[in-house]
Amino acid sequence: MDFNDTQEEAAFRQEVRSWLDANATRKSDDTQSNRARNDDPELLKKAKEWQDKKATAGYARLTWPKEFGGRGASPILQVIYQQEEANYLVPLGFFDIGLGMCIPTMMAYAKPEQLQRYVKPALHGQEVWCQLFSEPAAGSDVAGIRTKAERDGDDWIINGQKVWTSGAHYCDFGIVITRTDPNVPKHAGLTMFFLDMKTPGVEVRPIKQMSGGANFNEVFFTNVRIPDSQRLGKVGEGWKAALTTLMNERLAVGLPSGGLDIDELMELARETELEDGAAIRNQQVRSKIADWYVQQQGLKLTRYRTLTALSKGQTPGPESSIIKIVAAPKMQDMGAFAMELMGHAGIMKEDVPFAAGFQAQWIGGAGFRIAGGTDEILRNIVAERVLGLPADIRVDKDIPFNQLGKK
Amino acid sequence: MNFDFSDDQKLLKEQVRKFLADKCPTKVVRRVLDGPETHAEDVWKGLVDLGVPALGIPEEYGGMGLSPLEVCVVAEEIGRAAAPVPFDTSVVLATEALKLAGSDAQKKKWLPELASGKAIGTLAIAEGAQPPKPRNIRTTFGGGRLNGKKLPVTDGEAATFAIVLANSGGSGDRAVSLVLVDLGQAGVAKKRIETIDPARKHAELTFNDATAELLGGEGEGWRLLERLYDAAAVYFAFAQVGGAEAAMWMARDYALQRQAFGRAIGSYQAIKHKLADCYVKLELARSNAYYGAMMLTEDGADLPLAAAAARIAATDAYDFAAKENIQTHGGIGFTWEADTQFHYRRSRLLALSIGGPMAWKDKLVTRLEQKNAA
Repeated sequence: MDFNDTQEEAAFRQEVRSWLDANATRKSDDTQSNRARNDDPELLKKAKEWQDKKATAGYARLTWPKEFGGRGASPILQVIYQQEEANYLVPLGFFDIGLGMCIPTMMAYAKPEQLQRYVKPALHGQEVWCQLFSEPAAGSDVAGIRTKAERDGDDWIINGQKVWTSGAHYCDFGIVITRTDPNVPKHAGLTMFFLDMKTPGVEVRPIKQMSGGANFNEVFFTNVRIPDSQRLGKVGEGWKAALTTLMNERLAVGLPSGGLDIDELMELARETELEDGAAIRNQQVRSKIADWYVQQQGLKLTRYRTLTALSKGQTPGPESSIIKIVAAPKMQDMGAFAMELMGHAGIMKEDVPFAAGFQAQWIGGAGFRIAGGTDEILRNIVAERVLGLPADIRVDKDIPFNQLGKK
Repeated sequence: MNFDFSDDQKLLKEQVRKFLADKCPTKVVRRVLDGPETHAEDVWKGLVDLGVPALGIPEEYGGMGLSPLEVCVVAEEIGRAAAPVPFDTSVVLATEALKLAGSDAQKKKWLPELASGKAIGTLAIAEGAQPPKPRNIRTTFGGGRLNGKKLPVTDGEAATFAIVLANSGGSGDRAVSLVLVDLGQAGVAKKRIETIDPARKHAELTFNDATAELLGGEGEGWRLLERLYDAAAVYFAFAQVGGAEAAMWMARDYALQRQAFGRAIGSYQAIKHKLADCYVKLELARSNAYYGAMMLTEDGADLPLAAAAARIAATDAYDFAAKENIQTHGGIGFTWEADTQFHYRRSRLLALSIGGPMAWKDKLVTRLEQKNAA
């Protein structure tokens, strides 16, 4: 066992490092995060410049085929690039959904001339894409969406509302899942489209989150007219297309960078005085530090197991499905505990250690436990896909969508 | 990145798994639990024939000279089967103690016998209901003679020799030494004691001027024991991972089959989420155990930290899976006839026999402090 690169991987890592050294600034300390709040227009401009540079050098999407600006490389090289990039101060986070989910769905369903038109500008950061799935009445149960698309000659007319749309306020295009037939059961009446976010009738309203940020939006559709040529997949097969999108979400295997963790918690515990001395000498404090250390290590090493499979050209096992289940509550609980160590001052967002980072993690953790699959949905997924337990009984399975909730 | 076992190691694992599935089904565990045997001699003989005790012993001492990784994959299978054999004692604790602290003469005498299965070794540390510390060990060693009482000693009856922690007259941590004592002599009395896991037999050993010799330096007992426990923590973690996985699947199989309120209980989220949590803890434990194995193999500087993390994660995973397995079974899971009890019992035995989670968490943070200070 070892954590070493293969010869090919090592050579690639060296190549990436040289390129990053020449084009970006190395971080001075590893708690610096690249995932700044993405509601800052200045940052978006910088991120677009960085994305263009990356795409021009061939690093933006290594696994994509050459014809789309990739290198047809193995996923492990994509991971190596991300590992190295995480050590530099570069603006990230604006293109993950577009390139990780929307464009792969386009590749599966769009026409060649459409791919010709859209893939390259997306890859180079000139056009940003969003995913319009969730609705006020359809979160975990995304197939329960109500936004309607009705046929009108060669066009479709869309009416309804989406919510939690990351980045819609700066996005140029989006993929949208709609209900085209309410007379059949839930999953059967869906159809997927893509559209220009500047199409008349599309209105984006940012949602201010509990954390103060505004990364998400409500998106309203009022008589939005789009041509049938923007349909992705067959009419009524939108659920299949949505699964393509969501499958791609799960291929993301990079390590999250930045954030406070055990080292910072240890430092805080050394500097905090409790009744009988430094907090680090208190057995309750030590027990919690040990538990979180075991989780932190466990997550890092579990990723290493996944990377091992990728490095050997194998399909990774299901072990990475545990990561968010562990990481999100850990972030919330560790934040809360660090705040407790500060006493009453733990409520303050200024004049507290680590620039109130633990306070931010406590707030952010509440959202992280929900975003991209709630704790509960992720446990269902583990139970069903890994352990082979039965799916929940779907009382709406055979009932036409427009008859749901009626006696 | 190569954070996995080799194909050969996986093949060995598969071979031992098949052997145990065939020769050590749960009815064998029950036979030992309910009966007078000290251990399942038939299963143990088969494991000896497969070369299991010889795996980690150097070739010059009659072993196969393989790495700790081979012993780890076997430990996982022993744990999965909850096998009633002296693996944790003889193959892990006694063998590792000899490799760690034995003189050449001691190794020459005992390692070939351990490798061939002629001898069974064990470790005798505790002296009743107090966690052992250098200051509270009352068994004494001096002038080549051992006096005192040790309990509980796993496999105390079956063992040929024991490695005993005894007070040798020094002060502080140097008050104690490890001594090696042949249990087949007049000065040794063995008495079976009742424990929570009768599938692994335990004894009280009484030493009355028994002939014994130092294993490692005088006054080095506590330091050596800590090092021995780091290696043991990794092997135990694999056994715990195997046991946790077995308990999880046992609960899952029952949840698929048992109907309540018109459907399989495994379709209720209260059960699904509990079993998903078993899986989460299991994978955290497995990953930490792998790193422990890697550090043990490399003799890496991170071993003390990796061993503690593996120990804590694996103890948590096995405890949780074992108790929720019974809970998933409901009343039938609490009967003597049910197989659920084997893992419940074994999980506690393994959790406590080389120091419980509280002690290991304290050690882990101490080691983290040392690492950060360095």
